[in-house]
Amino acid sequence: METLKDFWAFMNSRKKFWLLPALLLLFCLSALLVFSSGSAVAPFIYTIF
Amino acid sequence: MTKILGISAFYHDSAAAIIEDGQVLYAAQEERFTRKKNDSSFPINAIRFILKESKIDFEEIEAVAFYDKPFLKFERLLETYHTFAPKGLKSFLSAMPVWVKEKIFMKRLIRESLSEFADKNVIKKTKIFFPEHHLSHAASAFYPSPFNEAAILTIDGVGEWATTAISHGRDKKIKVLSEIHFPHSLGLLYSAFTYYCGFKVNSGEYKLMGLAPYGNPDSEETKNYIASIKAELIDIRKDGSFSLNMKFFNYATGLEMCVLKEWEKLFNLPKRTSEGKINQSYMNLALAIQVVTEEVVLKLAQTAKELTNSKYLVLAGGVALNCVANGKLLQKKIFDDIWIQPAAGDSGGSLGAALACYHIAMDKPRIENNDQADLMRGSYLGPSYDDHEVERYLKKFGAKFQKFEKFDQLTDVVSEKISKGNVVGWFQGRLEWGPRALGNRSILGDSRFPDMQKKLNLKIKYREGFRPFAPSVLEEDRNEYFDLEKDSPYMLLVSPVKGKRRTEEPKDYSGYALYDRLYHLRSDVPAITHIDYSARVQTVSQKTNKRYWKLIKAYKEKTGFGLLVNTSFNVRGEPIVCSPMDAYLCFMRTEMDYLVIGNYYLEKVNQPVLKDQVDWKNAFALD
Repeated sequence: METLKDFWAFMNSRKKFWLLPALLLLFCLSALLVFSSGSAVAPFIYTIF
Repeated sequence: MTKILGISAFYHDSAAAIIEDGQVLYAAQEERFTRKKNDSSFPINAIRFILKESKIDFEEIEAVAFYDKPFLKFERLLETYHTFAPKGLKSFLSAMPVWVKEKIFMKRLIRESLSEFADKNVIKKTKIFFPEHHLSHAASAFYPSPFNEAAILTIDGVGEWATTAISHGRDKKIKVLSEIHFPHSLGLLYSAFTYYCGFKVNSGEYKLMGLAPYGNPDSEETKNYIASIKAELIDIRKDGSFSLNMKFFNYATGLEMCVLKEWEKLFNLPKRTSEGKINQSYMNLALAIQVVTEEVVLKLAQTAKELTNSKYLVLAGGVALNCVANGKLLQKKIFDDIWIQPAAGDSGGSLGAALACYHIAMDKPRIENNDQADLMRGSYLGPSYDDHEVERYLKKFGAKFQKFEKFDQLTDVVSEKISKGNVVGWFQGRLEWGPRALGNRSILGDSRFPDMQKKLNLKIKYREGFRPFAPSVLEEDRNEYFDLEKDSPYMLLVSPVKGKRRTEEPKDYSGYALYDRLYHLRSDVPAITHIDYSARVQTVSQKTNKRYWKLIKAYKEKTGFGLLVNTSFNVRGEPIVCSPMDAYLCFMRTEMDYLVIGNYYLEKVNQPVLKDQVDWKNAFALD
């Protein structure tokens, strides 16, 4: 809940509300990925994410 | 008393630092405890050390500061993928689970990770701040510096959006004046060349910098490489701002640094494989990117001067570890003086985050700094071990040792051994903060011996033969050996070796094969004189490291030379040793001759065979 509040405050301050539907879609998509792959493994060559 | 815990984690080089009323108390990198180079995991061991050493209960901590803003980074990721879509799907699918499962809930992740230190309710009530990545770097450079007012230049791979920032620090305020945003990044450009030349990204940059002087500045190939880089890869403007041609780079959406096909076409050179032969073309390419990097850094510094009109410059971010560029910056005299955070990379972000939280978010004043010294206490901020602990470790291995009651007697013996060409592991006091060993976790040798560089690289460090070694010189003897205008306590400035020390350069020197050039006697201190007659200098002060200073002084009394070869106490791929146990194991597994831990002195020939030998050469992944 705290994360959602914080994220809402972040979107408000950045005025980037287009992130909300993208985020919802991502959660659905990524939940599938997370549950199907077991664990989220960080990458790779230069950790830019 | 306001105590703040700073944390950097989850990307590379995790670390923790604690400050009290703006004073730096302790700081350490997680890799030193876990023995995993550039460890990115939550710095739980570093925090345990910090709380134990400072005798601070977690309840006393006013706030925790994390070194970047996760949401802003997430915004950058989404916008980047959106911009490049449908390219980058594979990278997107790799990144998103990490974010959705963990990183977007960073506050919760931090609280859970801290749960062993206090009751759940205490942890929940503790405020967590998220200063921006480049603000954390800027704060790590400005607040501990000796200056009340300074221009601040931070350059790295990437934080949230910013990859480069010019800021202005005055008293407790930092004002960001100008930024360059992802994907345009000088750090990532340098890393792309590191990758292309066959070294590991985010740790091999140092090797690329060490390889550059082997490049031939007069060759057509080098000139063509520089021209190609500036024509195709990076557009550098007069003010030092730049943009990269993303046709050549794959890091924004792919899982490697560059588009190999394009690079091979541009440079007419295949990517070097890891451990592959280093031919002259790779050396010329390393020199070319070093020259371009220096050009950008110098132009950015000039712009910082124009924007701030400050006398002083402070630097941080991974690119600030490029001590060759730093040396050129100093020589250019754009500023009266410069200061560089010793942990300029992401580990230093933990300290910067804590300082930004204290001075900016909490609006607290800076410490009065009347003696013009910086606040890093020589960067000796990590764990130390008392005699009881040292003996316990040594007895565990059945080690044969001698304890010197008088330190002067010890330095007399050790300096004698060094002057005879022996290699000594030197372990004293607190572990260094940052990537350089500064005489507390160092391997030492005699710089006068022509084969010392080869011996240290191949028999002690087990690393590439071309890599140079740095000198530790008595602060007061700096000008005897180097054309260096200021002290360099953190080994972050490269300077020319004095002309009077050099031997004459052969006519076709730059045309010699790599190892012929390397083994040519260049000066009366050959082991620390790099191929281009430069040295990465550490000046040693009585004030910050009396024991190390005394050792070099004792050596000088015997030889007339006030400097030693100093390399970090580790083998290739291993983090710098932290405990006496790490030191003893490293000592026994290499061809080091003597080991000194505090006042304890050990000779290799007297030691029992190390039991339970592991295949230690494979114990650390090559860097």
